[in-house]
Amino acid sequence: MHIIESGNVAAATGVKLSRAQVIAAYPITPQTPLTEKLSEFVESEEFDAQYIPVESEHSAMAVCIAASSAGARAFTATSANGLLYMSEQLHWAVGARLPLVMCVANRGIGAPWTVWNDQQDTMSQRDAGWIQIYANDHQQIIDSVIKAFRLAQTVSIPVMVCYDGYILSHTYMPFEQPDQEQVDSFLPPFAPKNFLDPENPGNFNTVTLPDVRPGVDGKIEPGYIEIRHNLHEDLRTALDTYEEIDKEFEEQFGRGGNPLIEQYKCDDAEFVAVCIGSLSYQLRDVIDIMRDDGMKIGVMSVQMYRPFPDEAIVAVLAGKKCAIVLEKALSYGNQGALYGDIKSALYNSDTKPHVHNYILGLGGREIKTQHLLDALTESCTSPDTIGDTPRWIGLKL
Amino acid sequence: MDRLKIIKKNIMEKKTTILNLTEEEFVHSGNRACSGCGLSIIYRIGLKALGKNTILVVPPSCLTVLQGLYPVASTKLPCVNVTFASTGAAATGVRGAMKALKKENVNVVAWAGDGGTGDIGIQALSGACERGEDIIYICYDNEAYMNTGVQRSGTTPQGVLTTTTPIKGKLQEKKDVPSIIAAHGIGYVATASAAYPLDFYDKVKKAMTISGPRYIHVHTPCPPGWSFDTRFTIKVGKLAVKSGLFDLYEIEDGEFQLTGESKRLVGKEKPPVTDYFNSQGRFKSLDAELVKTVQERVDTKWAKY
Ligand SMILES: Cc1ncc(C[n+]2csc(CCOP(=O)(O)OP(=O)(O)O)c2C)c(N)n1
Ligand code: SF4
Ligand SMILES: [Mg+2]
Repeated sequence: MHIIESGNVAAATGVKLSRAQVIAAYPITPQTPLTEKLSEFVESEEFDAQYIPVESEHSAMAVCIAASSAGARAFTATSANGLLYMSEQLHWAVGARLPLVMCVANRGIGAPWTVWNDQQDTMSQRDAGWIQIYANDHQQIIDSVIKAFRLAQTVSIPVMVCYDGYILSHTYMPFEQPDQEQVDSFLPPFAPKNFLDPENPGNFNTVTLPDVRPGVDGKIEPGYIEIRHNLHEDLRTALDTYEEIDKEFEEQFGRGGNPLIEQYKCDDAEFVAVCIGSLSYQLRDVIDIMRDDGMKIGVMSVQMYRPFPDEAIVAVLAGKKCAIVLEKALSYGNQGALYGDIKSALYNSDTKPHVHNYILGLGGREIKTQHLLDALTESCTSPDTIGDTPRWIGLKL
Repeated sequence: MDRLKIIKKNIMEKKTTILNLTEEEFVHSGNRACSGCGLSIIYRIGLKALGKNTILVVPPSCLTVLQGLYPVASTKLPCVNVTFASTGAAATGVRGAMKALKKENVNVVAWAGDGGTGDIGIQALSGACERGEDIIYICYDNEAYMNTGVQRSGTTPQGVLTTTTPIKGKLQEKKDVPSIIAAHGIGYVATASAAYPLDFYDKVKKAMTISGPRYIHVHTPCPPGWSFDTRFTIKVGKLAVKSGLFDLYEIEDGEFQLTGESKRLVGKEKPPVTDYFNSQGRFKSLDAELVKTVQERVDTKWAKY
C-alpha cells in the first residue's frame, strides 16, 4: 500500500509490522511523534504490544534490555540528549548481546540547547558496539526498521536506525507500506536460545574475570577479553549478514540493493562526495548541476556506519582523484569521524584519492545548495592544495 | 511466654517457624558473601519464600559478588544483572516481557542495596511505583556502599564513620526510603531485619499474594562495614530493632502497623540507643550531644506509636 506520511510514522509503522512486543520510550524532539504514534497503535489495540511510558531514557533502555533478556522483541527510540542519557545502557545492551532495535531521529546536542538536526548524537556513540544504519528517505526508514529486527536477532547485536531529525522525521513523503503477511514471512518470531527462564535458570551478565575460567563442569569459559573479541568478530560478520538479509528483502519486496553504501553517478566519476543521511539527496542535485558543467562527480552515502563497510567504500573511492567527505558531526579537536574512518580505510590502497573534509549543518544550520556547489567546485578544481584540516560550510564568523 | 506457647501462638497466627520453613534451598552454600553477612541470611530466606517460579533483577552491589563470578553462579534462580540506576525499570521490562509472552504467575523480583535503591536507583523505582508495575522490590539496607568499600549513602545513619565520612562521621540524617516509597500509595510496603528472618519470610509471602508494586526494606548488618565481630550479626540487628532505631512495620493499602518485635515493644522499656552504638565501631566518633539527640528522636517517634 502506498501512503504519504512523516518519517516518524514510517518508523512507527515499521515497528508495528515487525511485531515488537515490548516498547518503552521517553519523549524528546524530534523523536516524539514516533512514540506518540506507537502509544496510539497500542492503545487503539491495532497493535498487540506492551507500551511502557517510562520516566527516562535510561529506564527506556533498561526496560528493553530486561524484556529482551526475558525473550521479548523490544524497541525504543530517542534523539540527542536522550541517546546520551542512555549511554551506559547502550554499552550494556551490546555486551549482553541483545537484539534490540532503536530509532534515533538525529539532533544536535546541548549545550547550548538545540532541537535541530545534525548527527553528533549517534556519531558520538559509534564505539558502543551497536550496529548503525542510516536512512536517506522514508522508504528506507520503514524498510530499515524491518531489516534491523532481522539483522539484530541474526547476529545478537542491537541495531540503531538513524534518520535526520525534522528533515526526515517531520516531513511527509510517499512510501510503500509492506503487507503484514510479507513482513511475517521475512521476519520470524524472536525465539532466543537463552532467556530468563525459571525452568532453565541462568545468571546473566555476571561479573567476569580478566582470564578464562572453568565452569563447574570443568569446561573453560571465556574471560572478558574473549567475550569482547567475539563481539568485534561478529560485528565484522554482520556486514555480510546484512547484505544477505537485504538481498532476501529485495527478492521479497522489490526494494533494496544498497545496504552498506548507496552510490549516485559514482561509476565514471573522478570526484566523489561522501556523506551520511538525507544530505546525499540534496547533493544529487548539486552533482547534476556540476555534471552539466562537465565535472565528473558522484555522491556516495554511507548507509551502515558501524560496522564500517571499509571494503565497499574503498572499492568505490580507490582510483578516484578526490573524495570529499561532508559531515554533520565532528570529533572535536580532531576531524570528522567519517573522514578519519575513510582516510584510514584508504591507507593501504595503491591508488588513494585526495580526501577533503567539510563540516556543515551543525545545530540545524541551513545547508544551502549554493554553498555545497561552491565547496565541491573548489575541491574539484584544487584537489591537491586543500589540506587535512576540516573546512566549515556556511559559517558566519 | 514459654517456648511451647510461642510456637503455638505462631501456628495460630500462621507465622512461619523453623519447624515448617521449606527445606528447599535456592542459594548454594560457599558463596562469596563475607561471613556473618546479613544480606546472605535474608537472601537465602527470601528466595525460599519466593520459590522456583521467580526471575531476579540485581544491580551492582554486594549481591552481585555473592552471586558468583562467571561461569559459576550461587543462585539457582534466573537472574539478570543490570546497571546501577536501572533496577526498577529493568524489573518493569521483565514483567513487560512476561505479559507479552503470556507467562503468568512468575514473581518478578528486584533485589538491590540501599545505595542502588534510595540514591542512584530512586528515579527508576519511583517510576515503576507510579506506573503500578507488578513487581516485588527488596532493598537490603546495610547503610552504606559496601561493594565499593564502605562509602556513605543516603541511608547511612547520622554520625557513622565511612570511608567518605572518615573523621567526623556522616553529618546528615538517614534518608527514610520506605516512607518515600509508601508515599507513592502502593499496596504493600514493609520493613524487616536480617535478625528476624522468619518475619521477613512471612512478609515476602504476604507480598506475593498482592499485585502491583510491593516494597520490602530490610535492615542487614554488615560486619566489615559496621565494624563488629562476625558472630554478632543477629545481636546487632536485634539491638537496632529493640532500641527502637529500626522499626518493623507493614503498610497495607495505606494502613500502618508495627509488626513482630517492634509491635511487642510498644509501651515497654527499651534499651538505650547507646547499647546499639557501642556494639559497633562505626559509631566511634559520636559525641554525647548527638547521642542525646538521637535518643530524643527515638523517644518522640515511639511516643506516637
Ligand atoms: C553508574 C555506576 N556508578 C557507580 C558504580 C559503582 N558501584 C558499584 S556497587 C556500588 C555501591 C552499591 O551500594 P549499595 O547499593 O548500597 O549495595 P552494597 O554494595 O552496599 O551491597 C557502587 C557505588 C556503578 N557500578 N555504576
Ligand atoms: S561487605 Fe557487608 S553486605 Fe557486603 S558481603 Fe560483606 S558482610 Fe555482606
Ligand atoms: Mg549498601
